[in-house]
Amino acid sequence: MTKHIHRRTVLGLSLVAVLMFGFGFALVPLYNVFCQAFGFNGRNIEVENGTYQVREEVVRTLRDGVDKNRTITVQFLANENKDLPWEFRPLQREINVHPGEVKQVRFYARNLSDKTVVARAIPSMQPSVAIKYFTKVECFCFNNQIFKPGEAKEMPLIFVVDRKLPQGIDKLTQSYTFFDTQQGKSDSVAAAVKSLVHG
Amino acid sequence: MSVIKTMKILRSLFAVALLIGPALAKANYGLNMTRGVTANSHTMYDLHMMVLWICVVVGVAVFGVIIYSIIYHRKSKGVTPASFHESTTVEVIWTIIPFAILVAIAVPTTTSLLAYEDVSNSDIDIKATGWQWKWEYEYISDKVGDGAGVRFMSQLDKDSDAARKPHSGVDVTKIDHYLLNVDNPLVVPVGKKVRILTTGKDVIHSWWVPALGVKRDAIPGYINESQFTVEKADWDKVQKDGEAIFRGQCAELCGREHGFMPIVVKVVSEDKYKDWVKTQKGAALAAAADSNKVWTKDELIQHGAEVYAKNCAACHQPSGEGLPPMFPALKGSKIVKGPIENHIHIVVKGKPGTAMAPFGTMLSDADIAAAITYERNSWGNNDGDMAQPSQIKAAH
Amino acid sequence: MSDNHQHHDHPTGIKRWLFTTNHKDIGTLYLWFSFTMLLIGGSFAMVIRAELMYPGMQLVDPNFFNMMTTLHGLVMVFGAIMPSTVGLANWCIPMMIGAPDMALPRMNNWSFWILPFAALMLLMPMFMGGNFMSGQGPAFGWTFYEPLSGQYNKLAFFVFAIHLLGISSIMGSINIIATILNMRAPGMTLMKMPLFVWTWLITAFLLIAVMPVLAGAVTMMLTDKYFGTSFFNAAGGGDPVLFQHVFWFFGHPEVYIMILPSFGIVSQIIPTFARKKLFGYASMVYATAAIAFLSFIVWAHHMFTVGMPVAGELYFTYATVMIAVPTAVKVFNWTATMWKGAMTFETPMLWAIAFVVLFTIGGFTGLMLGVATSDFQYQDTYFVVAHFHYVLVTGALFGVIGGVYYWLPKWTGNMYNEKLSKLHFWISAISVNVLFFPQHFIGLQGMPRRVPDYNPMFADWNFVSSIGGFVFGASQLLFLYIVISTIRGGAKATSQVWEGAEGLEWTVPSPAPYHTFENPPLIK
Repeated sequence: MTKHIHRRTVLGLSLVAVLMFGFGFALVPLYNVFCQAFGFNGRNIEVENGTYQVREEVVRTLRDGVDKNRTITVQFLANENKDLPWEFRPLQREINVHPGEVKQVRFYARNLSDKTVVARAIPSMQPSVAIKYFTKVECFCFNNQIFKPGEAKEMPLIFVVDRKLPQGIDKLTQSYTFFDTQQGKSDSVAAAVKSLVHG
Repeated sequence: MSVIKTMKILRSLFAVALLIGPALAKANYGLNMTRGVTANSHTMYDLHMMVLWICVVVGVAVFGVIIYSIIYHRKSKGVTPASFHESTTVEVIWTIIPFAILVAIAVPTTTSLLAYEDVSNSDIDIKATGWQWKWEYEYISDKVGDGAGVRFMSQLDKDSDAARKPHSGVDVTKIDHYLLNVDNPLVVPVGKKVRILTTGKDVIHSWWVPALGVKRDAIPGYINESQFTVEKADWDKVQKDGEAIFRGQCAELCGREHGFMPIVVKVVSEDKYKDWVKTQKGAALAAAADSNKVWTKDELIQHGAEVYAKNCAACHQPSGEGLPPMFPALKGSKIVKGPIENHIHIVVKGKPGTAMAPFGTMLSDADIAAAITYERNSWGNNDGDMAQPSQIKAAH
Repeated sequence: MSDNHQHHDHPTGIKRWLFTTNHKDIGTLYLWFSFTMLLIGGSFAMVIRAELMYPGMQLVDPNFFNMMTTLHGLVMVFGAIMPSTVGLANWCIPMMIGAPDMALPRMNNWSFWILPFAALMLLMPMFMGGNFMSGQGPAFGWTFYEPLSGQYNKLAFFVFAIHLLGISSIMGSINIIATILNMRAPGMTLMKMPLFVWTWLITAFLLIAVMPVLAGAVTMMLTDKYFGTSFFNAAGGGDPVLFQHVFWFFGHPEVYIMILPSFGIVSQIIPTFARKKLFGYASMVYATAAIAFLSFIVWAHHMFTVGMPVAGELYFTYATVMIAVPTAVKVFNWTATMWKGAMTFETPMLWAIAFVVLFTIGGFTGLMLGVATSDFQYQDTYFVVAHFHYVLVTGALFGVIGGVYYWLPKWTGNMYNEKLSKLHFWISAISVNVLFFPQHFIGLQGMPRRVPDYNPMFADWNFVSSIGGFVFGASQLLFLYIVISTIRGGAKATSQVWEGAEGLEWTVPSPAPYHTFENPPLIK
C-alpha cells in the first residue's frame, strides 16, 4: 500500500534526475550559443564546426563600403600545442586595416614530425566581443589541414572587419592554435579496461 | 593613514597574543593585500578595504548583539523567555538594509571593472604562454623599444630549484627570493600600458603578479587579455638604479610542479628598456651562431649539464633516475643507450600523449645537442658519442 | 545503538547491518561511515599542514602533496560532510514528522552500501605505484579541471567513484523527498515541519538537480579520454572552460547542499536552549528557498579569471552579492531567537553559537570574493581556502557535530559527558581559528593555494596555522572517545532530554525504540 503512494513521487523525481543528466549534456550546445552571442572565451563555434556562412555578411560588409576614417590594428598570434611537433607562425605579425576593407594575410606552418598529421587550427579572438565583427572570407581554419612528414605550407586568411565594430576597440588579436586531430583518438575502450585491470 | 595604523596595531596584537616567542624577532606577520603599483591594483585594494570595513561594522553589530544576549539573556540570571517570534516590520527592515549595502558595493565594483578590462591603446603587447612548468614570453608589438619578436623562456632560478629538492639540506631562508625568482624575468618600461595576452601550451595556468593587479588564466587553444601600467609615482618609491622587481606565481593548479613556476617582472626606465631590447636581439643572433659552429665533446657536456638542469631535471631528475612510471629513467635507458638518431628524434619531437615535449620548438639546436651529449655520458651511460647542432638541425 | 530486546523480528550481528532497512540503523551506518571518512580526510589534511609547517620540501613529493589536497577535498565533501547530513536525516526526519520509517527502506539500504565501494574506488589508486610516495591517486584538485585531469592515467577509477557517489546521493534524496511529502503524520502541514526537515527537503531537491549534471560532466571526461569525443578537448572543437561552467553549475549548489542541513540543525538547537520559539520561521523557509534558487545562477563567480566579457563579470558579481540578503536574514533570525531568551549553554548550544559567529565570518569573506575586481587578487589564494573552510568546517561540520551532541542522548539513551564534551568544544573552536584565520593573511599577501612549498615570507603564519591544524585534528579523537563512551553508558536520558526541546522526536522514549510511530501521532 505504501508503495502505491510513493510510486508517483519516485517516478517524478527519477525523471527529474534523468532530465538533469541530459541537461548536463545540453549545456554543451547552450554554451556554444552563449559564446556566439556574447563572445565568451573568444571562440567562434561555427568556424570550428565548418558550417560558417560568410556570404551574407561579406556582401553586407562590402555594400557598406570602406570606412577610411577609422584604422584598426589586427594582430596575429600562432600557438602550438604540446602534443604537436610543429612550427607555426604568422608571416605578418600585425597589420592596419580600415573597416570594410578586404585583406589577406598568410601563416606559415611546418610539420616537424615524421608522420602524416591531420591538424586543425582553433581560432580565438580578443577582445572577445569583437568576434562577431571579424568576418573571415577564406581561412585555413575552416578545414582540417593534412601535412605530410616534414611538409611546409603557407596558408591564407582573408578577412573583413565589420564597420559596425563598436567604438573604443582599436585592436583585434586573432590567435590560432594548431592541434593534432588524431591526438588521443588511439586510446580506446581497451585502454580504459587496461587501466582498470592493471592499475 | 588610519587604516594602516589600525593594521599595525592589529598586527602587533596578533603577534603578542600568539606568543610566538623566538620567531618574533625576525617574524613576518604581514596581514593585508598589497596596494601594488598600478591603477588596477590600487582600485582592487581600495575596494577590498571598503568591503572589509563594511563587513567589520556589520560583524561588530551582529556579534555585539549575540554577546549582549549571551551575557544578559541567560537562564542563570533568572530571566523568563520572551514569547515574540516574528515581526514583519523588523524582518522587512533587515532585508532592505543588506540590499542597500549591496547596491553601495555594486556601484564602485562596476566602474572599477570597466576600467580594469579596458585594454585599448596599449604600448606593448606581450604573449605569455604557460607550460608545464615555466613561462614563455613573446613580444608581439612594441611602440617603445621595437622589441617585437623577442621571445624567451622564464623559469625557476637555479638556487631555488636546487634548494627545493627533497633532502637538499639547503636552508631555504638563505636563498634570495626563494621560489619567487626566475632565470629570465619579463622586462617592461615604467609608465607604459602593457597588454598581456595569455595562453596555455598543455593545461590551464594562471599569470598572476599581485603588485601589478593582474591575474588571468592561460588556457590552451584560447587567448585571454589583461593590462597594466606601472605608475611612475609608485615606481619611484621602490626603484633602485632605474629598476624595480615585482614577483608573482602561477595561480592555477597545473600539475606536479605548479608551485615552482614563478613570474618575475622587472620594471625599468624607458632607456634601460631600449637597451635591454637591443641585448635580447643580439642574444638571439648569438644563439643562431652557436648552432652553426662545431663543438668539442667537453664543451657539449659542460653546457649540456646546465641545459639538462634547467629543462630536463624536473621530470627526469638530476640523478637521471626519473620518477617512473610518469617520467622514465634516463640512466640505463634503452633510448639513451641506443642509436643516437632515436635519442635525437625523441628530444626534438617529443612523445605525443606523454609529458615529453618536443624540445625542437623550445630550445636552440646547440642546447639540444649539448643536453643529449650530457645524457649519453652521465650516470654510467658511457656511450662515448656526441651530438652536434648540425645533426639536430637535420632532425627537425 | 538502539536496543534489540524490545523487538525480536530483526537479525543481529553483521547481517543486521548488511541487510537492515531500518532508518535508525541506516542513519547509524551513515554517521559511522562519515566519521571514518572525516578521520581519513583529516589525516590527509595533517600531511598537508605538516609539509607546509616550514618552508622547503621536507616530507612528501610534490605530486603526493597534490594528491593529498585533491583527496582531502573529495573525501571531506563526498565522504564526510554529505553522508553525515544524510545520516542525521535518516535518524531524525521520520521521527520529526511522525513517520514509522523512510518511504523506501530497501532503497535506503542500497544508497548506503554503495558508499563504501565508491570510497574504495576513489582511494584505491593511492596504493598503486612502486611505493607509497609514488601513489597514483588523483592529483588535479577536487575541482578536477580539464585538461589537467585528462592527463591522469587512472581517470576511469575516479569517474566511476563519482558515479557511484552520485547514484547514492540521488537515491537518498528521492527517499527523503518521498518520506517528507508522503509520510507526514496527519496534521503535520508543510509549514509546521521542523526547520531541519525543511532545509533537508530543499537540499534533496538541489541534489536531484545537480548530481546528475556532475555525472554528465564526468561522463564527458571519460568519453573524451577513452572514446575520442571532444567535449572539453580544444583539438576537436571542445573547450576546457566549458568544463568549468558545467562543474560549477554543479559545484555552487553543492556548497549549499553541504551547508543547508546545518542551517536546519542550528535552527533546531538554538530555540531549544534559548527556550524561545525560532524567530521568523516563515522567513527562514523562504530564505532557504531563495538561497537554493540563487545557487543556480551564480556559478561563474568561481571562475572570474577565465576571461569572461565584462558584462558576464558584472552579472555574476551582482547575482552573487545578492545571496548575502537571504543569508543575512537567517543570521538575524538566529540572533533574534537568542534575544530575550533564557539561554543555557549545554554543548550543542555552544556549537550552534560558534556556528552562527564563524559561519558569518565565512559569509563576509564570501561577499568580498563575490566582488569581481578584488576577486582577481583573491582567486586561487589561501584567502579562498580560509573562506571555504570557515563555511564548511566551522559552518557545515560544526552544525553536524552540534547535531550529534543534540540528538546523541535520544539515540543512545545516555547523556554524554558534559565536561569532556565542553573541553572538546573549546579546543576545537579555538584551534580551528588558529588554523584558518591566519590563512586569510597569507592569502592576501599572495600565497597561492595548492602549492607544496612557499617563500619564507609566508612562513610564520603557516607555522601558526599548522599548529592549529594539529590540535584541531587531534581534538576530533576526543570526540570519538566521547561518542563511544556515551554509547556504552552514562547518566540515563529522559524522553525530552532537554528542558526546552519541542518536537515529535522528544516525545518517544530515550533511546528511541527500534520502531517508532507505527501508529501516527496526533499533531496539535
